[in-house]
Amino acid sequence: MATAAFEPRIVAFFCNWCTYTASDLAGTARMTYEPNAPVVRVMCSGRIDPQFVMKALHEGADGVLIGGCHPGDCHYQEGNYKALRRFRLLKRVLGQLGVENERVRLEWISASEGDRVQHVINEMTGQLRALGPFNGARS
Amino acid sequence: MKLATVTIDGITTEAEDRTPLLQVAQRVGVTIPTLCHYPLIEPYGVCRICTVEVHMRGRVRMVTACNYPVTDGIQVFTQTDRVRRTRKLILEWMLARCGHVKVLNDLAAEYGIDEPRFGRGDDTCILCGLCVRVCSDVVGANVLGFFNRGTTRYVGTAYDEPSDTCIACGACAYVCPTGCITIDHEAEQIRGELPLGPLTPIYIPTMQAVPHQPVIDADSCIHFKTDGCRVCASVCETKAIDHGQQDRHEEIQVGSIIVATGFQPVDAKKVPQYGYGLYPNVFTAMQVEHMVNASGPNNGQVLLKDGRVPESVGIIHCVGSRDKNTHEYCSRVCCMYSLKLAHLVHERSHAKVYNFYIDMRSPGKGYEEFYNRLLAEGVEFIRGRVAEVSDWAITPMEQGKLVIRAEDTLAGLVRRIPVDMVILSTGLEAREDAAEVRRLFNVSCSSDGWFLERHPKLAPVSTFTDGVFIAGCAQGPKDIPDTVAQAGAAAAEAMALIDKGEVELEAYTAWIDQELCSGCQVCVPLCPFSAIEFNKEKKVSQLNEALCKGCGTCVAACPSHAAQQHHFTDAQIMAEIEGVLVS
Repeated sequence: MATAAFEPRIVAFFCNWCTYTASDLAGTARMTYEPNAPVVRVMCSGRIDPQFVMKALHEGADGVLIGGCHPGDCHYQEGNYKALRRFRLLKRVLGQLGVENERVRLEWISASEGDRVQHVINEMTGQLRALGPFNGARS
Repeated sequence: MKLATVTIDGITTEAEDRTPLLQVAQRVGVTIPTLCHYPLIEPYGVCRICTVEVHMRGRVRMVTACNYPVTDGIQVFTQTDRVRRTRKLILEWMLARCGHVKVLNDLAAEYGIDEPRFGRGDDTCILCGLCVRVCSDVVGANVLGFFNRGTTRYVGTAYDEPSDTCIACGACAYVCPTGCITIDHEAEQIRGELPLGPLTPIYIPTMQAVPHQPVIDADSCIHFKTDGCRVCASVCETKAIDHGQQDRHEEIQVGSIIVATGFQPVDAKKVPQYGYGLYPNVFTAMQVEHMVNASGPNNGQVLLKDGRVPESVGIIHCVGSRDKNTHEYCSRVCCMYSLKLAHLVHERSHAKVYNFYIDMRSPGKGYEEFYNRLLAEGVEFIRGRVAEVSDWAITPMEQGKLVIRAEDTLAGLVRRIPVDMVILSTGLEAREDAAEVRRLFNVSCSSDGWFLERHPKLAPVSTFTDGVFIAGCAQGPKDIPDTVAQAGAAAAEAMALIDKGEVELEAYTAWIDQELCSGCQVCVPLCPFSAIEFNKEKKVSQLNEALCKGCGTCVAACPSHAAQQHHFTDAQIMAEIEGVLVS
């Protein structure tokens, strides 16, 4: 049986003010990029509970992308710093659990950086495609 | 106040006791010649030309009017034979030293001196000491002084060396009655280049300034250099000038804010091939704008650095715009202001004007018509990017000129055009401190540094921060009519927000379930808006929804899932994650 080429599934958590707006901009600018990363919008990257990442990986995602405002630019003043704090801790836990480094990624993308959304999603999809499916999944 | 009755040439008047006689005479309209006197400087009585005859209690005295204090009952005569004879002698003595000074010769003619008895000397300084006194008493620089005695006395600087302490204020030259002091070119260099700003330290910022009041530039004001002068304060009748004023910070409570911090012109030195700063006759458009201003330093004349009127002028468009090396965007206003300058320069100097442009962008009411008018006026337009400006002449025609080398894309050849003056139409860029302002107001910036509007069509003057609006070039390059329109919109939006009298809350605030809260207080320090407080009685955290902006940071941190966010509950997001992963 010919297996279809592996297509990674990425869950992207984007903050409403910067990265989500940037992906909007990428859309209005007709930039094309890999369709592998459906977006879950949150108001702030500070809203992203590490459990969301665990949940996504548990539910079969091959990678998780978190997008927030650049440091100092948070609409809520400092939510992105809190996201960074949690992300650092989470990465250590995930590392100990054997989850590859490339699978969970944090990016600062401002509202004007539509091209950066395109670049990051393309790059991450490429990396995960090379890395193969995430085996820690339930099934 | 003791009053003295004084009679001058038959006119009787009352004056405060011990007022200088000259002042009283001037008030009643009696003219007394003076040389060493200047209103703001303490009278000195050294030139003696103001000598008058005073009759007091039967005694007759010859006194100098400038420093003679009046007393009650004196009678003064300013034009008697004796007075005229005395002044004539004084003049002849002065002419013996300075025989060719205009002001002395004019007075000599008035007093009937054809040929002075003691000959005519060649000096120009009458040793009146005004310059010495203005320098020490008014300016406070203490550069000038008297040296030697008797016939060899002269005014000079210490050791006759150029003075380090001279601030080149020009006060000495200004008060000199004979014109023997001049500010020479070297002094101009001490003062630096002709400034782009106002010509005096005290000035009204612009004709349209609100409030329409003068300000003092502390960097160039003499008072702040030497602690002296304060001439403006002494002549101000309303005593409005206070040199002791300090900058101060004021805190003002407002309902909304309009950020209209504007732009800065691109530094022409960033485009080194056009020789700005290297060749004196390469100007930025701003400098020429200042030059053509009727109230500017050149009184509206277009002049080269050496004072000549240019015969040919090249205007280079898009300096710092539409260029990958500086800014890729079009600055929008440069084409039109270049056309305006081309028109004015042509009108003022009758010079041949060349415009080097990439595309002529003249969208707007009457703009294209203005471009057509310039074409008809004989202004040359050359389509092509200028490669460089140099003073490297190949032909005799190019000698002593600036040569603009540019590709003429319409003619299909590279041209070398010699001109006297080059004007660089510099583009607009975001201000240096735009990033700081942006952080302060929590607004976003585009990659070019311009402030980002919430939506280009639906909310063009709003920002992502409620109550903060943007207008003008801070948002992007635009001309004055566009700026005015945008400012009007921003003002209306700001008013609408204030007028409503109430603030709409976010729909997605957080809440804390009192039943589930364990009172761990993790959420309390996390909230950037201080919306969460710990209730010590109930031992639970409580959230003020009016303060909550809905970021959800507390929700993500809550270990007992007591904190939740409207529309973004844990359950909703978890379901969303499941949803996007359904294959």
